[in-house]
Amino acid sequence: MLARRYVFRLIALAVLLVFAAFFFVPIMWLILAPTKTDYQLVHDSPFAFGSLSTFAHTFNRVINYQGQLMLIWLKNSAIYSIGGTALALLAAIPAGYGLALTRFIGRRTLLAITLVVMIMPATALVLPLFLEASAVHLLGTVWAVILPFAFFPFGVYLAYIYFSSTIPKDLLAAARIDGASEWGVFRHVALPLARPIVALIAFFAFVADWNNYYLPFVMTYTNSQYPVTIGLQILIGSAPIFSPTASGYAASEIYRPDLAMATLIAIMPVLIIFLFAQRTLVQGMLAGATKE
Amino acid sequence: MTIPSAVVVPDERASVRRGLRARRGSRKRPPAATSRTAGYFFVAFYVVLLLALGVAPAIYAIALALSAPGGIGFAHFINTFNFFEFAPAFEHVLEFEGIWLISQTIFVVALALMVHTLERRVSTTFRFIFYLPGAMAGAASAIIWLFMFTPSGSPWAFILHAFHYQVLSNTVAPGNLFIIFAIMAFFTGAGGWIVIMYGALNNIPRELIEAAEIDGSNVFQTAFRIKLPLIRKWIVYMLVLSFAAGSQLFVEPQILAVATNGEVPAQWSPNQLAYYLAFQLDRFNDAAAVSVDLLVVGLIVAVILVWRGKLFEVD
Repeated sequence: MLARRYVFRLIALAVLLVFAAFFFVPIMWLILAPTKTDYQLVHDSPFAFGSLSTFAHTFNRVINYQGQLMLIWLKNSAIYSIGGTALALLAAIPAGYGLALTRFIGRRTLLAITLVVMIMPATALVLPLFLEASAVHLLGTVWAVILPFAFFPFGVYLAYIYFSSTIPKDLLAAARIDGASEWGVFRHVALPLARPIVALIAFFAFVADWNNYYLPFVMTYTNSQYPVTIGLQILIGSAPIFSPTASGYAASEIYRPDLAMATLIAIMPVLIIFLFAQRTLVQGMLAGATKE
Repeated sequence: MTIPSAVVVPDERASVRRGLRARRGSRKRPPAATSRTAGYFFVAFYVVLLLALGVAPAIYAIALALSAPGGIGFAHFINTFNFFEFAPAFEHVLEFEGIWLISQTIFVVALALMVHTLERRVSTTFRFIFYLPGAMAGAASAIIWLFMFTPSGSPWAFILHAFHYQVLSNTVAPGNLFIIFAIMAFFTGAGGWIVIMYGALNNIPRELIEAAEIDGSNVFQTAFRIKLPLIRKWIVYMLVLSFAAGSQLFVEPQILAVATNGEVPAQWSPNQLAYYLAFQLDRFNDAAAVSVDLLVVGLIVAVILVWRGKLFEVD
């Protein structure tokens, strides 16, 4: 019995290690690739380390590509993601509070609609949103991207769950008896207690916005507007290795290590958030959810 | 395709305990002390966004799709249905969904069960490694996997060579695409689900598992008879949500289309087809019709889940 259990554990560990390799090898490769030249990337072992100077050289090539396009794309991504996340929080936190702790006609309907739109993939609305943005002449402005990002029903749902499960109702009642206004109760009692859920919603919204591709793909159409996800696609388009006919970029060709470096730069903000926030987030994801 | 984030694990343990004690929980009601106007005030901004960016575009798309020369009609739906790339696009996505959903379900559940048998510190490391690729969902993961699928220089070259693939275009042959997109989707999405399943498993009361073990239940019996039934609804939830998200596939085939210079067609998925109709052919009404098709798929799935699934307890 004990022996069998031991064997089982060994097999489980082996399987887990295989999958860990599946998930981790691409990331490791991505970090090592920019340390190598294009030739080394193809001919050396995938896990060989090139040199730091090559890494720096590649970094400079990517940053300086076509007049520092990369920096413009990154700046755009930051504007869209931070703007979208800020507005999403402004809408979601009070809405979750209102849905959880106040009563009004249509509350349950609003909750049900929120759940439906939360589950529906956001991509389903991208083309309709484009047509709408075009009708109201928002195309070409940052709002065409930021406003759709601001609509984040998942955040409303998270805030609703949090407020309805963690804020003691007596506390709010006590504040009211002390003469606090409805806004005062929210602002001075509920909001200070909501810090964990604000962080959680900000995390989900920011990651989703930063990685979003389809919406800005449809809403933006110049380099000065593209976020870095679209920028990556442009770089691929000008990499002769993947697009043999890519021409016109002869002076500033993009090679494989450049592409890997650009990808690494593009995911860096989200990766950093993942690395530093993972413990809090996983706990928050589970703790904020316990609903009695 | 970042779905798993859209999930919250309920306290399974609490509900099981309640069940064990056979006690009926009474629902707490929010206090009626607040005025209604306060409620409207708090939800106002969100409702404006919901109407302007959720409801309005959907209605606008439906109106465009239904507009016909003589008033209202299904001409645009019929148009797109007869479009030669319409059926293949939906077939592609169904094939992709099939292989992705089956493998994701098996692997996520199996890995979560295995991780759950480990010591906490070891299991944290594994969960983190599984979860990390979630940071690169979308364009980044598509590019990374382009490299992974290029036989020269890929860490997985030994596997690709076993299939006699010499260049990228061998790997991304039309017959392989649905598997390739399934691998990409699994890479970025599975970790989040493993974390969620692990959370659900953690909520199973220890005494329940210990009781089974004392009764002589082995690892597999405990897994299949005790643990699986208790996380079943999360598995169903994962399936349904993944199906809805998978039907919207766009960025991965789009990046591949660019990278292979059209070898992978730019109308591979229905969303790409809608984009193609709108922006390459200027057939906006037809594009709206395809969007409405996709919207309906998402809507049906969402409504079933909310009303039948009982996953989200709307108090």
